[in-house]
Amino acid sequence: MNGTFVGMPAFPQAAREAVADATLRGNLRHATHTIRAKRAKAVAEVSDWAELREAGKRIKDHTLRHLDRYLVQLEESVTAAGGTVHWAADAEEANRIVARLVKETGESEVVKVKSMATQEIGLNEALLEEGIHAYETDLAELIVQLGKDRPSHILVPAIHRNRGEIRDIFRQEMGEWGRAAPEGLTDTPAELAEAARLHLREKFLRARVGVSGANFMVAETGTLVVVESEGNGRMCLTLPETLISVVGIEKIVPTWRDLEVFLQTLPRSSTAERMNPYTSTWTGTTDGDGPRTFHLVLLDNGRTDTLADEVGRQALRCIRCSACLNVCPVYERAGGHAYGSVYPGPIGAILSPQLRGTQSEIDASLPYASSLCGACYEVCPVAIDIPEVLVHLRERVVEGGPVVRDGNRVVLKPAKGHAAERAAMRAARWAFARPGALRTGQRLASRTRRLHPRTLPGPGKAWSASRDLPAVPAEPFRDWWQRTNGGNTGEGSAK
Amino acid sequence: MNSRERILGRVRRALADAPEDDKPVERGYLRVHGDRGAEETVELLAENLADYRALVHRCSQDELPSVIGRLLAERGAKSVIVPPGLDAAWLSATEADRVEDTARSTPYELDRVDSVVTACAVAIAETGTIVLDGGPDQGRRRITLVPDHHVCVVRVPGQVVSSVPQALERLDPARPLTWISGPSATSDIELDRVEGVHGPRTLEVILVG
Repeated sequence: MNGTFVGMPAFPQAAREAVADATLRGNLRHATHTIRAKRAKAVAEVSDWAELREAGKRIKDHTLRHLDRYLVQLEESVTAAGGTVHWAADAEEANRIVARLVKETGESEVVKVKSMATQEIGLNEALLEEGIHAYETDLAELIVQLGKDRPSHILVPAIHRNRGEIRDIFRQEMGEWGRAAPEGLTDTPAELAEAARLHLREKFLRARVGVSGANFMVAETGTLVVVESEGNGRMCLTLPETLISVVGIEKIVPTWRDLEVFLQTLPRSSTAERMNPYTSTWTGTTDGDGPRTFHLVLLDNGRTDTLADEVGRQALRCIRCSACLNVCPVYERAGGHAYGSVYPGPIGAILSPQLRGTQSEIDASLPYASSLCGACYEVCPVAIDIPEVLVHLRERVVEGGPVVRDGNRVVLKPAKGHAAERAAMRAARWAFARPGALRTGQRLASRTRRLHPRTLPGPGKAWSASRDLPAVPAEPFRDWWQRTNGGNTGEGSAK
Repeated sequence: MNSRERILGRVRRALADAPEDDKPVERGYLRVHGDRGAEETVELLAENLADYRALVHRCSQDELPSVIGRLLAERGAKSVIVPPGLDAAWLSATEADRVEDTARSTPYELDRVDSVVTACAVAIAETGTIVLDGGPDQGRRRITLVPDHHVCVVRVPGQVVSSVPQALERLDPARPLTWISGPSATSDIELDRVEGVHGPRTLEVILVG
């Protein structure tokens, strides 16, 4: 298929290159199939999965419906518990706030817990411009950072790397950043984990500033929650004197009790565990235990624009478990980089074009990065109907229409690449409104069916390169219906 | 207009057309999975802890000091850190040096300690989880993080609940909480679980009672 198919420029190009990489496809297939089977087993263990999923959806919808109220409540409770709350309308403002807070401590390095929000805003790069080094401490993030690579999965950003590649990166790069990899490092996962432990320990022990995201923020109590496996999160959340958490405004849940739903559904959906090894919760600061200063940066960066879309706002229910990536046939083959965003896979295909708008080539192509098979919707622990949002966004790309960007109502123009598609739809509308013309056309098509080409000419060529054209029957349905009285005369269809 | 007002204004405009929703969320899910007695709940806890590679031991209150002594000796621990409020009798049968955690001790000092012994706030059977809440017999969060060997004592059946909802009811969100389900692990290499990264790589849980 060539890349000119209407509406699919950027993703298909990137995906085609990825699909040609046999190592990448092998790595992705191995990893996604491993986790798929395990997730199914972990979910089957709880008999009330459907009810937990429904409750998770309802809690998130309710929170989003009253997001203003809960944001204000959260601000009050965090402040009352000794934290300081900052508001950032976009990435640039969030980066500026964090850089200022780090500088105020007098430090020039920070240790980081894996966080999608800080990746989304490009915090590490922004800090570096200010002379501040940010060290990623999650194993997969470390692999990405050392390899000067980009993340390709929400949960496991280095999913595209196999153990041999990871060993090579550790051997070559660790010395540049601090403690070098041990001599004779092999590719067994336990040895690789040990190498990461040794490399990062010196950074944890000397760290004075930690930067994190959060999985949940409880409005009622001001509590933040970080769910993790390795203990790097605990290190960053408890050893430094200053903690700065950058969190999207949609991460709120109203009450402490609401966590009982998500602490059951998130681990099972993401790492297929009954419970992840470590979950940390903290409320402001605690005397004599952990950071003495706590800053919470609440991040909008396109979330309120997404909230304004009646169909698309359900994407804000996402708890970043990555189950939808692991079951997606498109993700499995194309890999995460093709999505051109820190949010890859099915959720990325609906989140990125809403957070960033559909003006760029890549964002306009993302709603098409799906076969609409619906596997993502089935596994989603908060029941986001991803196919519904994909179709909705395709319509927006093709037809244009009113949307909210940066808080302002604007009207999008229809995308340029879709002229042929729109012309075809106009022709269909015209024909369906004129029964006589439709009948004549259908009869003509039936009579000439032996002469039909196997592929379409002109702009339709790309479409038919990977699809069979529908077979035209020997007789139009309506003619058959009239001739046989709806099949009641016992006469079969004309052969 | 500052960003706070800007964001709140955008939220309100975005929701201007949204239908009202003031119904409480329906919670059709279970409070507990399955019907178990107290002893069965403790057994399930032991099973799930072991499933995620925690080493589980059971003993009576009287045997506890000797079990702790034996575990530290088997580990070859020369030093052990304990929270200030831990029952002193628990450590009456160990040769290891007792290290106090003070507000002034540095992470480097903690890094030289071999083992840590604590109690816990609550344990969850269905998920194989122990929860620490920084109480006097559990200490600051960092003492159960930096040393490589954590021995955690759970009083059974009193401290054991069946489920996550029951655990949250018992816990105080104002305290810093650490939920621990097995030793430190990662799924970051080919999405397969490997034990042992930054937290304690050996977790021993003593169910006492």
